[in-house]
Amino acid sequence: MQISSVLEDGSYIISIDGDVDASSSIKLDEAIAQAVADGQSDILINCENLNYISSAGLGVFMSYIEELKAKNIRMVLFGLSERVENVFKVLGLDQLLNIVETKDQAKQRTHE
Amino acid sequence: MNNQLKVPCRKEKLKDVRQFVEQFLQQRGVSEIEAGEMVLAVDEVCANLMIHSHQCNPRKHIGVKIKMINHDQVQFEISDYGVGFNFCRYKEPSLEDIIKEKKKGGVGLMLVKRIMDSMEFIRKANRNVYRMVKRVHSV
Repeated sequence: MQISSVLEDGSYIISIDGDVDASSSIKLDEAIAQAVADGQSDILINCENLNYISSAGLGVFMSYIEELKAKNIRMVLFGLSERVENVFKVLGLDQLLNIVETKDQAKQRTHE
Repeated sequence: MNNQLKVPCRKEKLKDVRQFVEQFLQQRGVSEIEAGEMVLAVDEVCANLMIHSHQCNPRKHIGVKIKMINHDQVQFEISDYGVGFNFCRYKEPSLEDIIKEKKKGGVGLMLVKRIMDSMEFIRKANRNVYRMVKRVHSV
């Protein structure tokens, strides 16, 4: 699994490539922690190349919900495949996280 | 056809487990979404055993066996040796509590419970079998 973080037209985007499981979720955790430490007010998570996510990855997203709320940071996930999005739905996490289809929608969401 | 796999308790091997389950289900025409859920459930149980039962000791192994029952159910048997864990008695925490406590784990078995139709823990001598069955609609 590869993670890259870029600042694109003022939007901070973390892109995930590959599988986020028990062996790799730490990298996702570190990338989000870095964005928070950098003082980003919006974090977009590009899931276009996210092939698979297990509870370890879901756990990373869940563990930031309270902290981001307290710090007024918006996190939006976009580009999830049907199969990956279904995993979020099994737990009802699609209701607790911001999930949109495209990058443009994600950018819009952070400007609302 | 190959329906059994044995892997050492290394988290990096979870990908092999997923590929093995994926291939078995694909060959039987199980739909993408249903296959995705089952791959996830097996991954979660194996990750739990590797991490919590065997502390990622690569000299310990986990077995995974899959078979079809009556053409419309898939049975998974995950097995290991040592201290077992009755995963059927696992009490689901609430999502709210997990979020409040900022825990990074705890939803794996919750996913398994929601995905599978039945779960059974069988212990014989020193061997543990974690059996799960899921009815599929697409075959």
